[in-house]
This record gives sequence, structure tokens and C-alpha cells, in this order.
Amino acid sequence: MTDHHATTDAALAASQAPLLRIEAVEKKFGGFKAVDGLSLDIKAGEFFALLGPSGCGKTTLLRMLAGFETPDRGRILLDGEDVASVLPHRRPVNMMFQNYALFPHLTVKANIAFGLKRAGLKRAEVKARIAEMLALVRLEGLAHRRPDQLSGGQQQRVALARALALRPKLLLLDEPLAALDKKLRESTQRELIELQRRLGTTFVIVTHDQDEAMTVADRIGVMSAGRLEQVAAPRQLYEAPASRWVAEFVGDVNILDGTVAEQDPHRLTVTTQDAATLSVAPPRQKVDINSAVSVAIRPEKIRLSRRGPVADAAAGLNRRDGVVSDLSYLGGLTSYTVKLDAGATLRATLANVARVEVDDFSRGQHVVAWFSPDDCVVLPR
Amino acid sequence: MGRVRLSRFNIASLAFGLAFLYLPIVILVIYSFNGSRLVTVWGGWSTRWYAEFFNDQAMLAAAWMSFRVALASATAATVIGTLAAVALARGGHFRGRTLFSGMLYAPLVMPEVITGLSLLLLFVALNAERGFWTVTIAHTTLTMCFVAVVVQSRLGALDRSLEEAAMDLGCTPLRAFVAVTLPLIAPAIAAGWMLAFTLSLDDLVIASFTTGPGSATLPIRIYSEVRLGVKPEINAICTLIIAAVTLLIIVASLASKLSNARADSAAPM
Ligand SMILES: Nc1ncnc2c1ncn2[C@@H]1O[C@H](COP(=O)(O)OP(=O)(O)OP(=O)(O)O)[C@@H](O)[C@H]1O
Ligand SMILES: [Mg+2]
Repeated sequence: MTDHHATTDAALAASQAPLLRIEAVEKKFGGFKAVDGLSLDIKAGEFFALLGPSGCGKTTLLRMLAGFETPDRGRILLDGEDVASVLPHRRPVNMMFQNYALFPHLTVKANIAFGLKRAGLKRAEVKARIAEMLALVRLEGLAHRRPDQLSGGQQQRVALARALALRPKLLLLDEPLAALDKKLRESTQRELIELQRRLGTTFVIVTHDQDEAMTVADRIGVMSAGRLEQVAAPRQLYEAPASRWVAEFVGDVNILDGTVAEQDPHRLTVTTQDAATLSVAPPRQKVDINSAVSVAIRPEKIRLSRRGPVADAAAGLNRRDGVVSDLSYLGGLTSYTVKLDAGATLRATLANVARVEVDDFSRGQHVVAWFSPDDCVVLPR
Repeated sequence: MGRVRLSRFNIASLAFGLAFLYLPIVILVIYSFNGSRLVTVWGGWSTRWYAEFFNDQAMLAAAWMSFRVALASATAATVIGTLAAVALARGGHFRGRTLFSGMLYAPLVMPEVITGLSLLLLFVALNAERGFWTVTIAHTTLTMCFVAVVVQSRLGALDRSLEEAAMDLGCTPLRAFVAVTLPLIAPAIAAGWMLAFTLSLDDLVIASFTTGPGSATLPIRIYSEVRLGVKPEINAICTLIIAAVTLLIIVASLASKLSNARADSAAPM
């Protein structure tokens, strides 16, 4: 699936040059490589998310795109032009800062007008653009307030309006929603998506919240230690992670280590130490017999029942006996930990589809865990 | 009950504290209107000592000298001190930064006698004619550290990303500083200027080291008069100084209020 994605990417790149091309960019702080030979293409009009754990270099990369840091190596091409050493005020790129960085001595209106006046727009134009931006972020009534007289959500919208006022080709957002509470964050995510579609501006958003990345982005780049681990659409990232690291970073996953025992065109047989022999879908790239692999299964792909699947439906499925060792009720879902008789521990989540307990399992109960070979992802180890 | 008592106690202690601070000043102000020639004997209300002061050419000259020195040195100290603070807060970690900041703050704790003496030696070595300029330079040296401290603490508290945001929106680094940082540290700069002005006005030690004959500052003049016995005229002068300082503080606080109100319509340059 990853390969397939790469080919569509290549086709797209050929048909349309990317708005932003990052080529083997490297940034060191002292001896420490914050960004380590990173390459990435971003198309015009795309909503791209950079996702990664704290300290992996997301902000550093974004600051290089904005011009606050200069790469030590590599090129940053914006519309085919190398901007790596262009100063921030000369780039058609605007940034929305994590703490918003609103000018405290200026009103909302003057904050939005700041860049417009520097750009030399005429008075009437500035006025029209301010009105447009205020309407866009629905802050019409607050034009004369100062930032300290606004709520966090309102400040966030002013910051967005200010960054968008200059109609940048590329808008960079560094954890724009981190300071908002959950409800407001979710509604703002929807607003961001809608805004981005309406304006057609290319957005690059940095986040460490994977739900946020999945919600807003067309494509996600997962970063780790200054490198991109995988670049893919949200669904692919989740269902076809390129590496064990990505599988574990994005969502919950069960990992079973083993070696390839048999291979035919439709099925791969993997012998594991603690979960016996698994039948899994063969990966796209060829694996050798006896090579060490990891098998990844998402918890919601594992089903539990008292007696297991009906016999003829069970053909080809992986089924294991076990005991429920722990469970936590999470409202919409219940998460079970099942200790298999073979030794491995699996996590399975079941949707609570009915209000009354019909299909509940209790701690210590014997269950059958079963999952389809097609739901298993084979990853090199 | 206990509450009432506590609050009475608070009022009493507040009154005591304020009295401790201001009673001498109040007495001084009242006695400046004393008609008697003897400082400690009340001789009815009169403004004769004010008239006396305004006819005392030597005292007037000293006051004028002090005012000019304070104005010039406070302004120079504000410019230099602000630049030093900006260099320290924004210059990144250049070589010798710690040494520089340490050296900048040393005069704060240096005994004034030493500062005065060393400056005197310098001026003598340079063969500079002592007078207005030497006192001004000396006061600038003294007060710029205070300005730097005040401005640097404000700069340190200021979010760096504000300047970056300004640059992102099309300002050159210098423009970003002028349009965003400067207005935000303006109160600190003003406070630094006033501090420098007051310190200079008030200084006796350094001024007596660095001034020359015929260009005494007001404190020097007052001090030499008082040594011969306190004349009620001194009370009048001090009252005038207090009035001037009070006025300065009121104007400054009004100005800062006004600038806050004006921010509403303010726009970047
Ligand atoms: N100016 C700097 N000087 C030295 N090291 C730095 C500097 N800026 C960042 N780093 C280091 O570079 C690494 C990457 O930092 P960066 O801010 O890009 O992380 P991040 O992915 O944005 O993390 P977070 O999610 O916590 O914001 C970190 O280890 C950080 O300590
Ligand atoms: Mg960051």
C-alpha cells in the first residue's frame, strides 16, 4: 500500500510541481541534529500535518520554512525558488505561532492590519481586507478590543486572521489548538478544515495530537528524531504503517514477533514464540522464508467471544484461547486485555453497541480471540 | 469583633508607616512657609523664603545647573542603557556576555566615593576642564546601569515571538523592534529615564568629585549652606523640588494611561 501511495505521489509530482519542496534539509544545534536530512514535497492547496513526539524537530522544521532558522544543509524550494536563506519578511509564507504572539499594545483590528500596512496596501484595501478577515473568523464585534480582553479561542482566531490577511501561499501553524479545551479544539478543527477548503491556501500544521492530525490533514508526515518515518494519508498511516515505530506511535497496536515459516501468494505463515502460528496477508514487498518479522494487529480488529466464530466462517481465521486479565470501560468502547494460553497478551477493544450488557466479558473469563489474516500487517524487524 | 480590631490595627500601622515616611517632609513643607528667621521657631505664614530663593543668584544658578545636568545625563543614560539592555537581552550568547553584563551592573553596588574618585582621576588625567560636562558624564556613567537593569528586566519578560511575528508579517528586524518591541518597553524606558533624572538631581558625592569651581550643583550648594547653619530658604528649595518630582510622577502616570488608551487607534508605523 505504501508503494502504491508512492506511485500516485510520483504521478502527481510529475503533473504538477509541488508548491514546497524540502530537499535533504539538515539543522544542527551545537552537535545535535534537530532536523536530519529531511525531504518532503507539499502540493499547492494541500492540508499537511507534521506529527511526532516532543523534541523530534517539528518546530525547527517549521521555523526553517518561515525563515527564522537557516538550514545547515539542503534546499527549501517554494514555487521552484530556493528560499533557504531568504529572510522571513521577504517570504510569501505566514506563520501562526503556538502562543499566538498577538501584539498586546494593538487592537484586534490593528493586529490584522499590521502586515497589510507593511505590504503597502491602500487604506481602502486595508479596511476591506480587515472586514473580510474579521468575517472569516467571525470576530466582527471585537475589532476594537485588545488581545488581553479576549478569550483563548478568540485570540486563536485573531492570530489566524492576522496570518491569513496577507493571503500567503503557505500558512504554517505551530500547534495552533494546543491551548484550547477539547470541545473548542474539535469545533476549531472543523473550522480550520472549512477555511482551508474555502481559501485553497496550503496549510502545514504541526501537532503532537494524532487525532487532530487525522481530522484535519490530507496527508500526515510522521517525524521521529529529525527524520520523516512515513508520509501518508491518515487511513494509510493507520492501516498500513511503514514501520513498527509508526504502528506503535499512531494509535494502539498489538505487536507479535516471529519468523516467516511459509509463503504462498495469498497467505504468509508466521511462527511466533507466544502466539503459536499466525496466518497473515502477505506484505507488498517480498519477505524471505525464515526472516524475522513483526505482526501488527489493531485492538479493534480483534474480536472476542465465548465460543469463537461459527465453524465455516472461521476458516482461515486466526483464533486463540485466552483469559480476560483486565478490562476498562471507556464509554463508547471497552478495552480488554486478554492473556492467551500460548503466552502473549493482546489488547482488544469492543464497541459498546447496546446500552445493556449483552456481550460483556468479565475479568478471569475464558474467551476466544480471533482476527482475520487481512487485518494483520507484516513489518520487517 | 476580632476583624474590626484587626482592621483598626491595620489602619494604625498604615498611618504610622506613612507618618514615618512623610512626616519629615510635611514638616519641611510647612516650615518652608515659616515667617521666622529661625528654622525651629514658628513665626507665622509667609512666602518670604521663596522670594529669597528667587533672588539668591548663586542658589538659582546651582538649581539650573542641576536641572541641566539631570536632563542631559538622564537622556544620555537612557539611550546608552537601553542599547546595552537590548544587546544583553537580544544579542544571543556572544563571547564575553557574562563578563559584559557583570561589568554593566558593577557600578550599581560600587561605593559612590570610588566611582567619583576614579572619574576625577580620569578627568584629571585627560586634563578635562571640570564643570557641566564632567558632571554630566559622571552621572551618565552612574545612572545608565539603573536604566539598563530596568529595561533589561522588561525585555526579558517580553515574548521573543512577538518580534518574530512582526518579521513574519513583513517587518525588517529593525522595523520589528521599532514597531513592536519599543512600544512595549516604553514604560520601562520612561521609568529608567525618571530614575536616572532623580538620581542625578539627588547626587552629592559624585558631583562634588567631578565638578569644578563655579559650577556647583544644587545638592552641593545646599550642603555647603547647611554646614553654616540651616536657613529657612533651604526648606523652600526642598519644597519646590518635592513639588517638581511629584508633578513629574503625575505627568508620567498620566502619559502611560494616555498611551494605553491610544493603543486602541494605534497602528504600526
Ligand atoms: N535554539 C535551540 N538551541 C538548541 N537546541 C534547540 C533549539 N531549538 C530546538 N532545539 C532542540 O532541537 C530539538 C527539536 O526541537 P523542536 O522545538 O523542533 O521540537 P518539537 O518537535 O517542536 O517538539 P515539541 O512537540 O515539544 O514542540 C529539541 O531536542 C530541542 O531541544
Ligand atoms: Mg514545537
